[in-house]
Amino acid sequence: MIVGKQKPLEEIWEMIKGHQKVLVFGCNTCVAVCHEGGNKEAEILASLLRMKAKQENIDIEIRDGGIERQCEHEFFDSATDQVEWADAVLSIACGAGIQFTSEKWPEKITLPGLNTTFIGVVEQPGLFTERCAMCGDCILHLTGGLCPVARCSKSLLNGPCGGSAGGMCEISKDVECIWDQIVRKKMEQGHLDDLLKMKPAKDWTTSRNGGPRKQVREDLHE
Amino acid sequence: MNDLKSGSNLEKVLKAGHFAFTGECGPPKGANVEHLKEKVSHLKGMVDAVNITDNQTAVVRMSSWAASTILVQEGIEPNFQMVCRDRNRLAIQSDILGVYAMGVRNMLCLSGDHQSFGNHPQGKNVFDIDSMQLIALVKKMRDEGKFLNDEEIDVPPKLFIGAAANPFADPFEFRVHRLAMKIAAGADFIQTQCIYNMEKFRDFMKMAVDMGLHEKCYILAGITPMKSVGMARYMSKSVPGMDVPDSIIERLRGAEKGKVAEEGIKFALEQIEEFKEMEGVAGVHLMAIEWEHRVPEIAKRANVLPRPEV
Repeated sequence: MIVGKQKPLEEIWEMIKGHQKVLVFGCNTCVAVCHEGGNKEAEILASLLRMKAKQENIDIEIRDGGIERQCEHEFFDSATDQVEWADAVLSIACGAGIQFTSEKWPEKITLPGLNTTFIGVVEQPGLFTERCAMCGDCILHLTGGLCPVARCSKSLLNGPCGGSAGGMCEISKDVECIWDQIVRKKMEQGHLDDLLKMKPAKDWTTSRNGGPRKQVREDLHE
Repeated sequence: MNDLKSGSNLEKVLKAGHFAFTGECGPPKGANVEHLKEKVSHLKGMVDAVNITDNQTAVVRMSSWAASTILVQEGIEPNFQMVCRDRNRLAIQSDILGVYAMGVRNMLCLSGDHQSFGNHPQGKNVFDIDSMQLIALVKKMRDEGKFLNDEEIDVPPKLFIGAAANPFADPFEFRVHRLAMKIAAGADFIQTQCIYNMEKFRDFMKMAVDMGLHEKCYILAGITPMKSVGMARYMSKSVPGMDVPDSIIERLRGAEKGKVAEEGIKFALEQIEEFKEMEGVAGVHLMAIEWEHRVPEIAKRANVLPRPEV
């Protein structure tokens, strides 16, 4: 799923304080799972911002709302009244949702209340970790189901580098070396040979490096 | 002589069976050419080639290719280091052509320390290709005369290809396989990480020799003399992939006041003596960090002078 983190309150406040009617707009799918951008979080954020407005003695009306997903047309209809009321929409969806909201109501000011952090999993309650870099050309069959593109600090295809120590990455004692895990897993499975052949230079055209991406399902797309 | 891959001095020294002795010099943090010339002047005639580091520890310095060409002008053979952190495949290939055009004949292919260590941690890293793929790329450019995309190169760069090996990184049992992969990719010579844990290095070399790797590639053992107890502690704690046993720190600490650096040099000299005899070791790579002026003394005491004329 897409993981996100709310921007600091001060940063959000700087963005919204010049507006009169602000809608804090949640997205109740991915970013609700990490408890940062759902409709419930929109409600809490709106109340924090109202308190802030009161402290700062600034006259600004703040409401909260939200929909199931800000990345699909069909969900927006139910929010028409909420959005029409506002002069600025503070979306706490991921970057895709914020932009789609902005496209939906081009006359409104749309502001980002959340930083989209990564594609990841709920590793433990309250612990979200990255798994996929969306390179567009999956190699997990070659690396024991562990992705070095997303999880190696250098995205090395032929690791581990000389900075791997005690299972951890050179950049921090809190960051696991994924290549250490790949090697150990392949050894345990008796498939170390899989790693001994050099993986050639990757074709990055399927990643963001190839420019903005799109895909079409002919049977569904008119 | 026609079967030389690059014709570099280092290649000729190794091919002739001499015990190689290479040095290292970090380019200045600025465009101070005189400072670079002064530092490197101490290495002239003392070593077979001088590694020119490439924004080492991710700190911005004069580019390694430019500093390498200054060495060429000074009559000192450079070993041009290139990391994959700062360039994509376009820049990598054009820089390779550029250094070759300027007379550089040795190149060391590295991944590069992560930018978070350096003075621009906010920067994007590139890592379009990794060090293994870089080795294969330089070999392809040299031996096939082709770019990565298979287009023909008009005058291919003939470089002696180097790679790094860190026997002290983990997983230890994989390290010798990684070395074998680098050799299979095209490495002609290897320079190892600084060695302090001799026991582990002996084990590593035994594995390498058992696999016959020393017959396919020249392995140079990395040495950095310790200047102080503080340096030893810093290397032990803060430098990625470094293994400094407590016994070394204790030995330095036990030295008489004012004699710690001498103790560091003594240890380095003992290492060199052992490497001369160690099966599979073809030479020493001396990384005397900001201690270039001590290299002549170390070379003399290590009995590696004069350097062979080949």
